[in-house]
Amino acid sequence: MTPVLAVRGATKRFGAVVGLDGVDLEVHAGEVLALLGDNGAGKSTLIKCLSGALALDRGVVEMDGVPVAIHSPADARSLGIETVYQDLALFDNLRPSDNFYAGREHATPQWLPRSIRVLRRREMAETTRRTLERLQVRLDDGGAVGLLSGGQRQGVAVARAAAFASRVVILDEPTAALGIRESRRVLDLILRLRDEGRALIVVSHAMDHVMEVADRAVVMRRGRKVGELVPSAETHSQIVSLIVGGGA
Amino acid sequence: MADLASPVEHGESRGSSPAADPRYRLLQAALFGLRAGPALILLVLVVVVSLTTPVFFTSRNVGNVFSQTAVIAVLGLGQLLVIVSRGIDLSVGSTVALSGVVGAIVFLHVHSAALVILVILGTGLAVGLANGLVFVLGRVPHPFIVTLASLSIARGLALWAANGTLIPGMPGAVDTLGGGSIDWLPYSFFVVLALGLLTLVLTTFLVWGRWLYAVGGNPDGARRAGIPVGRVLVTVYALSGLAAGVGGLLTAGLIDAGSPTSGDLAELDSIAAVIIGGAAFAGGRGNVGNALVGAFTIGVIRNALNLHNVNAFYQLMAIGIVVLLAVEGDVIRGHVENRVRLARALRHG
Repeated sequence: MTPVLAVRGATKRFGAVVGLDGVDLEVHAGEVLALLGDNGAGKSTLIKCLSGALALDRGVVEMDGVPVAIHSPADARSLGIETVYQDLALFDNLRPSDNFYAGREHATPQWLPRSIRVLRRREMAETTRRTLERLQVRLDDGGAVGLLSGGQRQGVAVARAAAFASRVVILDEPTAALGIRESRRVLDLILRLRDEGRALIVVSHAMDHVMEVADRAVVMRRGRKVGELVPSAETHSQIVSLIVGGGA
Repeated sequence: MADLASPVEHGESRGSSPAADPRYRLLQAALFGLRAGPALILLVLVVVVSLTTPVFFTSRNVGNVFSQTAVIAVLGLGQLLVIVSRGIDLSVGSTVALSGVVGAIVFLHVHSAALVILVILGTGLAVGLANGLVFVLGRVPHPFIVTLASLSIARGLALWAANGTLIPGMPGAVDTLGGGSIDWLPYSFFVVLALGLLTLVLTTFLVWGRWLYAVGGNPDGARRAGIPVGRVLVTVYALSGLAAGVGGLLTAGLIDAGSPTSGDLAELDSIAAVIIGGAAFAGGRGNVGNALVGAFTIGVIRNALNLHNVNAFYQLMAIGIVVLLAVEGDVIRGHVENRVRLARALRHG
């Protein structure tokens, strides 16, 4: 089966520092791939390259086996790749629907310059409501996102990504700032997106969470891929030693 | 972390709907009260003033209030856009003077009302555009300094061009717009109304307005979402300058002249109006209705103190105190919002 997203020989340098050193990665539809590694292992660099925030020095990104160019966040988005950043990048002063459509508002008429088109507010609110409902993200009212709890905010951010990511959702530390119950909901949400047939890449430090939702784990260290295995109780210690370094 | 193994949560059974909790409802009510705050304050103010001052509600005095408040309201609408975008525009008072003076000089040579009006508005727009371009292209960290500089430059230009004195004469149309009235209702009231509606459409129904609030709420997020942040900011300052031009037009019409000292401290009035109207100084929040409410709160306080022959110095202090109250209201609102968040976290997860 052709992977939805494949990276081959990804290399990225920051001056003398090697961020990525020939990394290969594949993720399939309906699969959760965990990207593990200590700080500075290159996880963030890799997902930044996939989401268009950085450009690779060398290497190929393929979607459905076809090489694609990702030079900007807009490129990534138009390919169906959405990223949920660790800081969520939400607009706390705006409602969920405005957050969903920020920068890609539905508006008419088409012949006017984009900035002075009339917003299709009801249509956007309705689509947002349906997406949140489908993904079982529960909010009380249509108020500003800033008034939601941490888990609800994470839910809105993930649902926003899901609403527009036809192919791949990348999540950076999705449970880092959350309590146990809130994390649970986000993990359920990840599984729901997987069941809808999307490919997910989850960057996380929380091993327990990874064990639970990931179908496959890729471990990185110092810009290289040092291991790839199926997370389970048996491979747990193996993963940990890969993350920390061979000698441990 | 062991808890993670147990699926769907205990929280589910507890508080199925947070609205059922009376304390949560109290928080919601407090939030609603704080949001309606500016309008409630103005309402109370109007009731108190009209009970203590019989002449307040005479048509002539109401016309006066409208006329005296028009410039603050117009500048406040421009300032609202700026403050929502996380900025500040200190130059609008000076721009009122400069645009009026430039208009008066043009009128000395060409007796065309249309041209004078165009020149006055154009001057305001030019100052605003310059502010925006310097701020964005110059990558200045905060617009405070940029507009402080143009406050000084525009005032200096106005004084220089007018040789430090008033330049009398304005076309009849400008005089009517700034000082005329239909019976007791001044024309300037309709200018405020029209501009208010335009700003309302711009901020709530058009894509640009959504971008404005996004930029004010989270500039980095806006950039990542592909919103043209720089362009939005330039237009914000251009529009604030244009509003100052309209303020200059009304002022020049009212005094039938271009005065290089007009609009003095008007920038502070406009900022006060927006803050009294409950906008967040940190950006991202504020609306047209409340900004107008803020402007009229200032107008009514001035008018009431005038009617009671209270020394003008006290007016300055009174308005300062209202600004402080408004800011404190914003702080309390922040606390209440935190409580709402906490309540939701406990109930929802």
